[in-house]
Amino acid sequence: MSEPRTEILGKLRRALARTDSDAAAVDARIAAHTANLVPARGQVPEPERVAMFRAMAGEVGGTTEELAGPAEVPAAVARYLAGQNLPARAAMAPDPLLQGLPWTTTVLELRQGRTHGDDLVGITAAFAGVAETGTLVTLSGPTHPTTLNFLSETHVVVLPRRRLAGAYEEVWARLRALGADVPRTVNMITGPSRTADIEQTIQRGAHGPRRLHILIVDGLD
Amino acid sequence: MESSAHAFPANVRHALADPQLQRAMGRLKGHFIDKRAHARARLPEFDALRDQAKAIKDHTLAYLDLYLERFETEVRRSGGHVHWCRDAAEARGVVLGLCREAGARTVTKGKTMIGEEIGLNPFLEANGIRPVETDLGEYIIQLAGEPPSHIIAPAVHKNKEQISDLFVEHHHGGDRSRRLDGIPELVTEARETLRARFLEADVGITGANLLIAETGQTVIVTNEGNGDLTQTLPRMHIVLASLEKVVPTMEDATTILRILARSATGQEFSTYTTWSAGPRRPGDLDGPEAFHVVLLDNGRSALLGSEFQDILRCIRCGACLNHCPIYGSVGGHAYGWVYTGPMGAVLSPALIGLDEAHHLPNASTFCGRCEDVCPMRIPLPRMLRHWREREFASGKAPAAARWGLGVWAWFATRPWAYRLATGLVARVLGLARRGRFAALPLAGGWTRGRDFPSPEGRTFHAQWASRRGR
Repeated sequence: MSEPRTEILGKLRRALARTDSDAAAVDARIAAHTANLVPARGQVPEPERVAMFRAMAGEVGGTTEELAGPAEVPAAVARYLAGQNLPARAAMAPDPLLQGLPWTTTVLELRQGRTHGDDLVGITAAFAGVAETGTLVTLSGPTHPTTLNFLSETHVVVLPRRRLAGAYEEVWARLRALGADVPRTVNMITGPSRTADIEQTIQRGAHGPRRLHILIVDGLD
Repeated sequence: MESSAHAFPANVRHALADPQLQRAMGRLKGHFIDKRAHARARLPEFDALRDQAKAIKDHTLAYLDLYLERFETEVRRSGGHVHWCRDAAEARGVVLGLCREAGARTVTKGKTMIGEEIGLNPFLEANGIRPVETDLGEYIIQLAGEPPSHIIAPAVHKNKEQISDLFVEHHHGGDRSRRLDGIPELVTEARETLRARFLEADVGITGANLLIAETGQTVIVTNEGNGDLTQTLPRMHIVLASLEKVVPTMEDATTILRILARSATGQEFSTYTTWSAGPRRPGDLDGPEAFHVVLLDNGRSALLGSEFQDILRCIRCGACLNHCPIYGSVGGHAYGWVYTGPMGAVLSPALIGLDEAHHLPNASTFCGRCEDVCPMRIPLPRMLRHWREREFASGKAPAAARWGLGVWAWFATRPWAYRLATGLVARVLGLARRGRFAALPLAGGWTRGRDFPSPEGRTFHAQWASRRGR
């Protein structure tokens, strides 16, 4: 062990009068990972939950659409891109959930994989949505490259309605259920990129996407 | 960063005489203050969350060594490394060593106050490595060669004309015929310029708002997405964090996150909250190949168990700055070091010493707004008072203040003399016919801006005694 480590920990232990039995208390607290107070707004049932998610995401400049089934997704994406005067071309996460959609029914030109910044549009699926603040949660992994969340000017996210949680804590429970190790990156995304660093004036599209469009899809996943 | 905290009185005179700065400070009210109040009103549980957040941090601090050890174990398990650093020099050395190991020429940086605290940028530059700040505010002040003036809005003191001048000077070969008129043009130009830096960087350095003992995750919040591009694109991700950032679990971090953005900018939640653990996993298509956490003490361990321990709960939201009448009048640069406003006036003397920073605890009217708005319920005025006591005890207080307090103490401990003197003064001043004084000896500073009312009738003590306490 390094000398700085030994010295710093030694100082902390002396200041806190550490005893041997304390480690068990710390381990127990971590193992329990008990939820603290969850605001009432994070506990609303369906269908208010979808309404709240859409309202909160909309407040921060995200746009949302509800779709009745997976078959409607490709056409909805094509329609959205056309409406924004964007070419019908996108980089898409190699996610089985997205791959299973009927993309050939549209003229969309899709490339699967990460992006190096030359794709105008990125399409990903979200691990979860959180109604209390209109937040999306995505996980990094072989089928969910992180770059698609940040490098493209337009980010289109497919959110299966079943994955919409009320509060953040529900998402952590689902994350733990995936296995012992957390992914390299958990991204919580609330609206498109913005800055207020010049004269405290809000401006969208600072470094990340200028546009965030969320498709809430029934009967998917 | 080099401190000029010892020159606080001169810095203040300079700040008060700067009309541009005064206009910029005037904008705080309509933005940060009103937005925080609105966000608080929308969440009925806000104050209860503050109580829980305080309890979480108090618990963590009481077991800080154990939670840090657990954090380190989990970072290692996810394939990352933790570097313990006693002081700024050690931390700079570790970062430079890591940058050399990565063969770095360009380093992108997300916003990190620890980076400012240890003076990382000039050190990297002196060693042939180019640090590029990517938070728009930090980028602006890096171009200007200035330190941040606010912990969450580093360039809050600059207006768009000044920023336009900086961009014209530094971008596109310094072509002076260019003009950038609007904020959208400025943001777009910064986006395009920095996008190239993101893509060429070898190492990305970010700070950390929280460290999670349970998972070994480091957490940052940003609105721009710069922290994410900084840590996702280069080969190596280095996190700079101080010891007290750790919390036990994701749930505990979540409680703090619920009050962080609301207190800081009045947002319901920051745009991007990013939890990072270790390097990219096998099969991942992007993400850094190496992950290092630099864990800095730099005087914090000495605060545990002291009357200043509570400042270790601070989550750097900036609410105390935004609501402080002193900060609002003089801005951040006057404080002379990295941390400003009430939290800075408490923390700076602990980190750079009372000799250097003894003026800062006097930069308070003790109005108490900082403590009222602090999401972590830190008793800032009480700690400022502790520093003033130490300043007085160590003989650093100005001669006039020491002499004045000495005279007052002499009278205050001799009630007969106190009553005699105040009665005399009240009678003499009460002779004034106009009822007020435009100037008084020994009170020139006070009467320069307002008149002093002349006393009416007898002293409070005398009235109290004659009414027999009724």
